Order: sequence, then structure tokens, then C-alpha cells
Amino acid sequence: MSELAPLRVARPRDVEAAVALRRAENQSRYIAGGTDLIVNMRRGIRRPKLLIDLTGVEELGDVSVTQRGVRIGAAVTLAQLAAEPDVSTRYRAAAEAAEAIAGPGHRSVATVGGNLCLDTRCIYYNQSEWWRRANHYCLKHAGTVCHVAPQGKRCHAAYSGDLAPALMVLGAEIEIAGPDGHRRIPLADLYADNGRAHLKLMPGELLLCVHLPAAAPPSTYAKVRLRGAIDFPLAGVAVSLAMADGTVAALRVGLTGTNPRPFLLAETESFVGRPLDADALARLDKLVQKQVQPMRTTLASANYRRLAAAALARRLAARLAGI
Amino acid sequence: MAMQPLVLDKQLVRLKLNGRWREDAVADNQLLIDYLRDVARLTGTKAGCDGGECGACTVLVDSDPVLSCLTLAVRCADRSVETIEGLATHGRVSALQREFHEKLGTQCGYCTPGMIMAAEALLRRNPDPSEGEIRTALSGNLCRCTGYVKIIDSVQAAAGAVR
Ligand SMILES: Cc1cc2nc3c(=O)[nH]c(=O)nc-3n(C[C@H](O)[C@H](O)[C@H](O)COP(=O)(O)OP(=O)(O)OC[C@H]3O[C@@H](n4cnc5c(N)ncnc54)[C@H](O)[C@@H]3O)c2cc1C
Ligand code: SF4
Ligand code: FES
Ligand code: FES
Repeated sequence: MSELAPLRVARPRDVEAAVALRRAENQSRYIAGGTDLIVNMRRGIRRPKLLIDLTGVEELGDVSVTQRGVRIGAAVTLAQLAAEPDVSTRYRAAAEAAEAIAGPGHRSVATVGGNLCLDTRCIYYNQSEWWRRANHYCLKHAGTVCHVAPQGKRCHAAYSGDLAPALMVLGAEIEIAGPDGHRRIPLADLYADNGRAHLKLMPGELLLCVHLPAAAPPSTYAKVRLRGAIDFPLAGVAVSLAMADGTVAALRVGLTGTNPRPFLLAETESFVGRPLDADALARLDKLVQKQVQPMRTTLASANYRRLAAAALARRLAARLAGI
Repeated sequence: MAMQPLVLDKQLVRLKLNGRWREDAVADNQLLIDYLRDVARLTGTKAGCDGGECGACTVLVDSDPVLSCLTLAVRCADRSVETIEGLATHGRVSALQREFHEKLGTQCGYCTPGMIMAAEALLRRNPDPSEGEIRTALSGNLCRCTGYVKIIDSVQAAAGAVR
């Protein structure tokens, strides 16, 4: 389906008005760049009656640098983020991730907020209306069975945004605005391990901005994808590493594309105080393999994605350690 | 008292299309590609996929490359939209158009308007791009005919001609 169902577009000027509009109409959605939402609407997955355009809200649109760190508005575009000198030098992983998202025609309008709130993905879901109907709709939308794991009652669609793991290893927190005011949480707490409902946002809530701390360790991001030019990650890995006297002072590994949510690898404290030698890298590889849970939601096999995630983590950590 | 609708189903949209201001009543659900092809009757912009994958529909909005198949037309109000039809001046094709022709950067031609607009966005920002920069700028544009080599040659030749 190429035509969109009839709808109205509202363009509020401030956050309060946006939240009020969202609360007043149940079948409404926020739209920023639209590069995820419009695709899903054209495919008949989403049919909002009202789109609340966030790009007219001034306070969402800029990057500001203070002594306490950097504040990135939710409607800042990926092109803007990657070109921001403060980001590309101090928060390398974030700039690298932003540059690896889709193509220039997407990045000129696609936003940080839209990327963090990206819908989860699966080969049985990101298809046209007729394809999904012909194949019997799946559990995530309009159906009752998961075609990936038919015995279960869970959706395993993978969260595949590139920015989230990069921001997580940099210690990002997000600010959320809702009917009851603002709240601030670690970025990792935005996500739930559920392909059908992976965002822990209350009705009406909107993502305001991302905060990055002033001091962030060296970081980097890489992903593997099917279409080399532009594509979602089959597995994406961000690493930040601080070394002191030849041993690890802090290590964080963020993962995307493998589970219904992006997440920070658990148990990385066990590397602290030891050198990052071949043994440590082998242990890191195992740890990643244990914690990722790829399912057959992409054209590449689940095991390939597991091994690729582990290999990327090992390679990026070694690169940051200078070995 | 009945609540006033927040926005009408159609809005009067004023935008600059290929250098000339115009005004149309545009439905809120109309995509920019359909506005360009069906309302403005500029059929140079092509649709090659069902949403965001191929780049054939690339146009410029305020000089940035944008996919018209993922853009609501009403969001272009008060902005400058440029399509392949806007590149020729006084009946003379632009350097990019000429070089795509000369260097065989176009075969069936379906991807060409999108390729040229994506390349136009690049050359406006960066008149002397490296091959890598050209590849990045065109990374969202698919071509099923040329194998891309001739397309990169064409953009390089156009950059040389403008320099
Ligand atoms: C061909 C193609 C390739 C792509 N490749 C990649 C890729 O490699 N990596 C990748 O990560 N993405 C990719 N994308 C997806 C998409 O382009 C990006 O994720 C983009 O950053 C989404 O941002 P947006 O502003 O366009 O989101 P929108 O489509 O506007 O919104 C996405 C979702 O987020 C919600 N939302 C937006 N802003 C807010 C907010 N402030 N608060 C609460 N909810 C909000 C919307 O309601 C919607 O549900 C690709 C898309 C296409 C079509
Ligand atoms: S994982 Fe299962 S339920 Fe989820 S989108 Fe894929 S097929 Fe549907
Ligand atoms: S038609 Fe717009 S990207 Fe394919
Ligand atoms: S020339 Fe035919 S698709 Fe590019």
C-alpha cells in the first residue's frame, strides 16, 4: 500500500502542547523524521489518525554543551549529530553510529529520538500488507502465532537501532516528558525485553533529550550488515574502554540487532584491574556469545549474528586498547 | 460547544518549487512524491520501492537530499523543494545532467533523477569530492543497470567541469 490512510497532522510549538495532543487522541503518534514510521504506515502496520510532528518544537532541536556534559535534543537529526565537532571528538561511538545509519537522504531528516524509539524488526514483520496477510499475520501485528518460534507466545523481533548501544557505553541518560512532568533515567532503562512492546514509555510520554556526561572514555562503534551501502545491523557493537597503568579501569560493551532490546553486556566489571590480553579478549568473546539472543528474524542465520557480535566486541576492544 | 478540529484535512501549502513559489490545497496524508507527480505534474521524480529503500525518489528540500516517498507534503510548507526538472536553465542541461549523458552514467534512466539529485546535494556542499565521498553520498541510491562505476565517473566529471 503506498497511499496513507486519511489522517491529520498537528505541529505543536512546545512540549506541553505535544503531550496534550497525544493524550487527547488515542490513535495518535509522534512523528519526527518519519523514516521509520512512514514506512510502517505505508505497509499498513500503523494507522494513526493524528500525527504529532515534533520538528516544530524548538527545545527538541539543538545540541548544547555545558560543563556538566552535552544535551542532545530528541529532534536533532543524525546528520546534525555526526557533524557536531564536540560529538565526533569526545563521543566517537555516537558519531560513528550516526554515520552508519541508513543513507544521506534518511539522515538529513531522521532524528535521535526516532532512532532510539525505532520499532523492532523481523523478516515476517517488515513486509507489505499483502505479504503479511498471505503468510498469515504474526503475533507482533494482527496475528496469533510467532513464525520464528511458533511454540512460544513471545515476539523476538530485534531492536536494530545503531545509536542506542553507542550512547549506552557513553553513560547516557534520557529525559522524558509526560502528562505528570519530567523524569530522567539511564538510557538502558527505556527498553524492555519484548519484541512487541520494547519501549517503557507511558501513554503520552515523549523523549525530550539525551544527556551525556562531560567525561567519557574513548569509544567506538561497528556493525555487520547484509547490504554494505546502507542497512540495519545484523549485529552492532559499541565499546568504551578506560585503561590505567596497563590495566582496564572501565569497560562497557553495548549491543544491538541481536535481542528485542539494546543492552549493556553484564559482568564487564570482571575485567577491571587486569590487562586486556589475549585471554581477556577470549573471555569477552564468550561473554558476548552467552548474552546475545539472536533468533531467525533476519536473512542471516542466528548463529552468524552471535559470532559476529562476539568478534566485533573483541576487535573493537583490542583496537581501543591499542593491540 | 463542539470542539474545533485542530487542523483541517487539507491545508493551504505555500512552497517554492524549482525556484517558483506556489500554493496548493494539500491533504495531510499526501506524500511529497505524489504531490510532485500528481499535483505539480512533475513526473521526473520516480518511485522505485515501497518506502525508503532505493533512493529513486530523492529530491532536495532546502538543499538537503530527502526521500520524497517518506515525506509528508504538508511538512514542506515555506520550504524550497527542487526536483530534476529544476536543474536545467534556459533549456540547457546542468553539468551533472550532461556528464551522466556523456559518461554513460545512465542506462534505463529510472534511477537517474534520484542519483543526480543526490549528487547535486553533494556538489553544493562539497564541489571537489573524493571518490569515497561520492560513494557515501550515493549510498542510498540503487541502480540495476550501470554497475555504479559510470555513475561515479559522471559525478567526478561534473565536479571537474564546475571547477
Ligand atoms: C532503507 C532504510 C534503512 C535504514 N537503516 C537504518 C540503520 O542502518 N540503522 C538504524 O538505526 N535505522 C535505520 N533505518 C531506520 C530509520 O531511518 C532510523 O532509525 C531513524 O533514525 C528513525 O528516526 P526518525 O526521526 O525518522 O523516526 P520516526 O519514523 O519519525 O519515528 C520512529 C518512531 O519513534 C517515535 N518517536 C519519534 N520521536 C520520538 C520522541 N521524541 N519521543 C517518543 N517517540 C518518538 C515515533 O512515534 C515512531 O514510532 C533505516 C530506514 C530505512 C527506510
Ligand atoms: S519474532 Fe515472531 S512475532 Fe515477532 S515479528 Fe517475527 S514472526 Fe512476528
Ligand atoms: S521510492 Fe523513495 S526510496 Fe524508493
Ligand atoms: S540506469 Fe537503470 S536503474 Fe540505474
